[in-house]
Amino acid sequence: MLHYLIKRTLILLATLIVASLVVFVTIEVVPGDPASYMLGLNAQEDTVAALRAELGLDKSRVARYFSWVGGLVTGDFGTSYTYRTPVADMVADRMWVSLPLAIYALLLSTLIAFPAGVYAASRRGGTTDTVVMALTQLGVAIPNFWFAMLLVLLFAINLGWFSAGGFPGWDAGVFQALKSLTLPAIALALPQASILTRVMRSSLLDVLNEDYMRTARAKGLTRRQALWKHALRNAMVPVLTIIGLQFSFLLAGAIIIENVFYLPGLGRLIFQSIASRDLIVVESVVMLLVLAVVLVTFLVDLAYAWVDPRLRGAR
Amino acid sequence: MKLRSLLPGAVLVLLFFSAALVSYLWTPFDVTLIDIKSRFQSSSAVHWLGTDHYGRDMLSMLMVGARTSIAVAIVAVGIGMLVGVPLGLAAAANRGRFLDEFIMRGNDLVFAFPALLIAIMITAVYGAGALNAIIAIGIFNIPVFARLSRGAALSLWKRDFILAARAAGKGASRISVEHILPNIMNLLIVQGTIQFSLGILAEAGLSFVGLGAQPPIPSWGRMLADSQTLIMTEPQLALYPGLAILLTVLGLNLLGDGLRDWLDPRLRRER
Repeated sequence: MLHYLIKRTLILLATLIVASLVVFVTIEVVPGDPASYMLGLNAQEDTVAALRAELGLDKSRVARYFSWVGGLVTGDFGTSYTYRTPVADMVADRMWVSLPLAIYALLLSTLIAFPAGVYAASRRGGTTDTVVMALTQLGVAIPNFWFAMLLVLLFAINLGWFSAGGFPGWDAGVFQALKSLTLPAIALALPQASILTRVMRSSLLDVLNEDYMRTARAKGLTRRQALWKHALRNAMVPVLTIIGLQFSFLLAGAIIIENVFYLPGLGRLIFQSIASRDLIVVESVVMLLVLAVVLVTFLVDLAYAWVDPRLRGAR
Repeated sequence: MKLRSLLPGAVLVLLFFSAALVSYLWTPFDVTLIDIKSRFQSSSAVHWLGTDHYGRDMLSMLMVGARTSIAVAIVAVGIGMLVGVPLGLAAAANRGRFLDEFIMRGNDLVFAFPALLIAIMITAVYGAGALNAIIAIGIFNIPVFARLSRGAALSLWKRDFILAARAAGKGASRISVEHILPNIMNLLIVQGTIQFSLGILAEAGLSFVGLGAQPPIPSWGRMLADSQTLIMTEPQLALYPGLAILLTVLGLNLLGDGLRDWLDPRLRRER
């Protein structure tokens, strides 16, 4: 296990280094100079030069890459060109919206998928199974931002149960904050719940065909007992993998949903930064999201190897 | 069993493909025609699906929008296949060696960038547009096809008929093209259908946030974005483009499921 852990950690670090290079190079080839963009067309040459020096744009690309990466590691993401505030503070503020939203959506999707998948698998081929599977087909095909708009139409505009958008902040109370995240979380969770239901169902069906399940029944356990005692535990491995991977998808997928609900999260921040050519913010937020994806994949791989020792030698 | 998803899937896909194709020759109205006087009309004999906030005919917009969605998704899947499959085959032919490891780690790297993030980076640099959406979704598709073809090719390399081909003196690349590729074609077609549907969703999402096709080119995602501010008063404007996306993606997914069952009898199981 230790050998595997070291190998995976080295791969993780290499991936992050190459990813940071890709992000930096992509953003750095941008035509135009942020300093002259910020100061406008009529800016004096020496003013632009002074701002370039202040923003560190006068240093070589290599030096800037290392100071950016060094900053990322120590939590200093640089200073926003437009807002003149530390990017780390901006990201931290927005994180308090994006992260709870992703966790909320993940919880919802698990809460929907778990019973639906188990129920469908235990009644395989029956009406319930067919209905659940048909619903998952719809859930996978529906664009979540459109579903979000329909939710707004029904629950905010027609019924008035929720607000159509915005976020009051956690200071307004946990209930109010969670309430304003509820529709976005449902919209985000639906496609994920559909995928998870299918994985849960097929994973459980695989396990139900195993010899040890027949043995369990032969021992005198009822169908229900065998399902809960033996099948579920074994079926959970692929399900947990998908849940892990979904978290990063939810974090990235929230970028669009945040725009539907005008939530001040990372997604809105990224779009505002693109519009104002605040590239240091784009750079850092993209890198942060990539870090989240890579880290979650890494943890899922480790968990997998821990559960199933055969995987440690593979790859 | 197989007809249950193949037929409705094929019908839906055919419907939207024909709408897109017909739109090249004919649409009920010109989609660039702005006619403020006749805006927000409901369904009528003249405008079957009504008109939008500029008085443009919704049906015509949907038909041309289908063209945008399908074109972007097809080219993006094409890029993914054309780059990903050769990479996967090369990795499988050099299994366990440096090239294999290099290609697979490269795949992992691309996987770390969701399509949306790639699109955001490209947009930040080159501005928004359908072409950049194609590139973003295309790049995202490469590792999908590389992994799939590597995995499928690896199991084929152990088979007797490949051994026979090697004994006949064929090199690894010739075997990959002549023997491996035809045998994984079914898998690629099925995955292609699934990626195509994901491509439609991705294009719609990118256009919705303004990173995809730009006005005046109609696209379903853009139509939804335009309808967002009008949803209180004119909810039907949000209904049709959303339904178009939903039905196209549903059709492609059903077609993919049906094709998989039909092309590979071993997979013809009850799930």
